[in-house]
Amino acid sequence: MQKALIAGIAVAIICSFMGTFLVLRRYSLFGDGIAHVSFGGISIGLFLGIAPLWTAFVVAILGGLGLQKLRQSTKISGDAAVAVTLVSGLAIGVILVSASGGFSVDIFSFLFGSILLISFEDTALIIGISAGIIATLVILQKQFLHLTFNEEQAKIAGLNVSVLNYIFVVLAAVTVVTSMRLVGILLISALIVIPNIAAMMFGKGFKKTVGISISMSVFSVIVGILLSYYLNLAPSGTIVIIAVSLLLGTLAARSAGLISKTDIKTPSKISHNS
Amino acid sequence: MNILQVKDLSVSYHNNLAVDKISFDVEQGDLLGIIGPNGAGKTTLFRAILGLESYIGNIKLFGFEDSNYQKILSLIGYVPQKVEFEPNFPATVSDVVSMGLVSEKKIKEGEKLIEQSGCSWNRIYKDIKNNGEKITLALGTVGLEHLKDRRIGELSGGELQRVFIAKSLVKDPLLLILDEPVTSADVESQTKFYNVIKKINEENKITIVWSSHDLEALSKYATRVACMNRTLFFHGTKEKFFSDENLVKTYTESAMQMHMHHHDV
Repeated sequence: MQKALIAGIAVAIICSFMGTFLVLRRYSLFGDGIAHVSFGGISIGLFLGIAPLWTAFVVAILGGLGLQKLRQSTKISGDAAVAVTLVSGLAIGVILVSASGGFSVDIFSFLFGSILLISFEDTALIIGISAGIIATLVILQKQFLHLTFNEEQAKIAGLNVSVLNYIFVVLAAVTVVTSMRLVGILLISALIVIPNIAAMMFGKGFKKTVGISISMSVFSVIVGILLSYYLNLAPSGTIVIIAVSLLLGTLAARSAGLISKTDIKTPSKISHNS
Repeated sequence: MNILQVKDLSVSYHNNLAVDKISFDVEQGDLLGIIGPNGAGKTTLFRAILGLESYIGNIKLFGFEDSNYQKILSLIGYVPQKVEFEPNFPATVSDVVSMGLVSEKKIKEGEKLIEQSGCSWNRIYKDIKNNGEKITLALGTVGLEHLKDRRIGELSGGELQRVFIAKSLVKDPLLLILDEPVTSADVESQTKFYNVIKKINEENKITIVWSSHDLEALSKYATRVACMNRTLFFHGTKEKFFSDENLVKTYTESAMQMHMHHHDV
């Protein structure tokens, strides 16, 4: 269980930190898309008898870059691009899984997560990769913040927007695959999205928002793992339900006036002096 | 010394000329007001200067062109007509202003290149090492120091404009380009905005290119005026422009039409 908690905390941090940028760039379902693509990657690994996590990394990164290309093309809208990538990955996975003899325990552990059964090697791997992701995000946070705020302004400010976008997609893909062991493919976007939308309701600046989001995410993971262990529940589901409860709690606190509401001028996008 | 030289600049979209063979210079310390009706190509002209549009012709900054021009591009401050962002974006006013320093390395490289060529421009924050201090000073210049920790989505349109000016100011811009920044702001914030422009041009000696429909403001603050509608019809001192009744009449009318058009939509 110690291993589960340590790996869980690492995953909670990278999902919510990366999630801040994903949610703000309207890439909320991007994580979901990549997760489904990595299901295809896992099934390739299982089918060929290679470690599925590595094939998942390769396929997720390729899928993420492909998705980015699709999004940039003017012919397909962003959400449609996610839908196309998502079902393609899933379809490949389903074909390969049935070709290799149907659903096994392995497949279920990737779909729904199996944090309590995590090995020492996997824990070490998750911690190593998470440290790399956190370091990259800390180094590039100013650049990503500007890119997220307004891409064209970032370009004018002298940032290499296309390189940053590629780094961003690769980081997102690696985050998703690393987190798969915890909540599973089907619930991964919960950890990316929920703590962040809750944190943004506090109306704070960037650093504080990231801090609140990480705290909520870590709290959900720790409490979720402990509860599921002692009450014999599915850890992934428990973690997500706790995160959702935190979100609902924040919403309630906000409407009760406990958190200062931000005075948002327009419901959709603000365009200054138009 | 000419800070900006534009020569025979043409930009076309789908075989339509948006900017047609425009030539003009901007001297250091100038406040050039650019007037022209909607769709006259002002924004396109700015985007070409900023390296966002491909063009035919020649643009020089401090005499630099091509790859050296690219190196000093990050020293141009730009406040566009619209900046779109998520209304509940978790960034404070200082967070946004600090974005002006995001490519510090490029800014330093650009400064070095210009210094080596023996040119200089007025750099008010040159001796300030601390970025936080620069941000506070820039916000002070635009009169928004008190909103430093406020979330960006809570600001009014007029305040936002000034935040984006501060974001340009923190990096000690060589040139500040303002694209029609006042169209719908109320009179009070308009006055504040004009005072900021006047202050940074007159006191801080920052060179400004400003596209505006407000002839009255230009007559007060601009040092030179350019009139364009795809091509350049006039470029000269403010005095010369305002002494030509026909020119003033033509552009007042186009500004009026523009104004009414805005109210229609």
